[in-house]
Amino acid sequence: MSALEIAQQLKAKFADLVSDPVEFRGEVTLKVADAERIPEVCAVAKNELGFDYLVDITSVDNCGDDPRFTVVYELYGYGHHCHVRLKTDVSEEKPELPTVTTVWRTANWHEREIYDMMGVRFRGHPDLRRILMWEGYPYFPLRKDFPLSGKPSEVPDVAFSKAAPLEGGPFVTIAGGKDRVAREPRVRTPES
Amino acid sequence: MQTSAEVGYNSKIEGDVVVTRVDAALNWFRKNSLWPMPMGLACCAIELMAAGASRFDIARFGAEVMRFSPRQSDVMIVAGTVTYKMAMAVRRIYDQMPEPKWVIAMGACASTGGMYRSYAVLQGVDRILPVDVYVAGCPPRPEALLDALIKLQNKVAKEPALANQKKAVS
Repeated sequence: MSALEIAQQLKAKFADLVSDPVEFRGEVTLKVADAERIPEVCAVAKNELGFDYLVDITSVDNCGDDPRFTVVYELYGYGHHCHVRLKTDVSEEKPELPTVTTVWRTANWHEREIYDMMGVRFRGHPDLRRILMWEGYPYFPLRKDFPLSGKPSEVPDVAFSKAAPLEGGPFVTIAGGKDRVAREPRVRTPES
Repeated sequence: MQTSAEVGYNSKIEGDVVVTRVDAALNWFRKNSLWPMPMGLACCAIELMAAGASRFDIARFGAEVMRFSPRQSDVMIVAGTVTYKMAMAVRRIYDQMPEPKWVIAMGACASTGGMYRSYAVLQGVDRILPVDVYVAGCPPRPEALLDALIKLQNKVAKEPALANQKKAVS
């Protein structure tokens, strides 16, 4: 059975909720219309369609678009060796969706990372703390409107942060430059 | 004040007598047994381990006693990227080291933040600690670390040890 066929089975079970599977370069993606029902879809995918391994959960910041965030679930089955991706949108006004730790326990740290880096909250998560940054850090650094250099912050006796000097950077290369000097990574303002 | 007197055997004086000054003797003891506190935070720590192993053998310079015990160490070798999350821990371990103490910033990250011009990385450990020797490289070769150690030994040899001690006590 191919990933596309399994994805079609999932689509058949949730006719209105799940979009038609899209295959691109051998990877199958399904869009889940309502983020509130993601645990339900995941439970069926795991218990009935054999996706016993949650590879990863990631998030995308579509800054400027509405809804702003996309949460992406990568599923894999050791029985059938098929890989399917689920995507669901979360709005900026209410960046919250239910946890899937009830389905796969490994979702615990993935969801903590998304909360830490992107500020999307997972309702029902057993331990939703920051995982990479420290408790009390006030920003979500993977959001598009967060500067690369960072922002100053201070949590007494725990940690502080300061903006990094970018010295005109970020230092970028330009592909296909005429000579080595042109191709070298160097200070380039966005205009040049 | 002359602070760089030589320690050694003088053939003009007969018998088992070595004439020197307390400063010079203290510095000689210190510089030949600089026990490192290995603050290994990233890939530089691998080179630090190589410097400790047989091929490069940091024991030749009396710095082989690498123990994760700040209270028994003289020189902190900050080997690797210091993140803001780790910064206070590094500072606390430095504070636990007894005087006199020295710091080697090993590699680009520990010296300046290196390639991590980023929200998460302290831009040089000298923002929280007084650094004595900076080592360039990403990561530096073990020879570079040994060179830094020898430079630090030369620095230790020139220190007014007694005057510093008096200053610390008063």
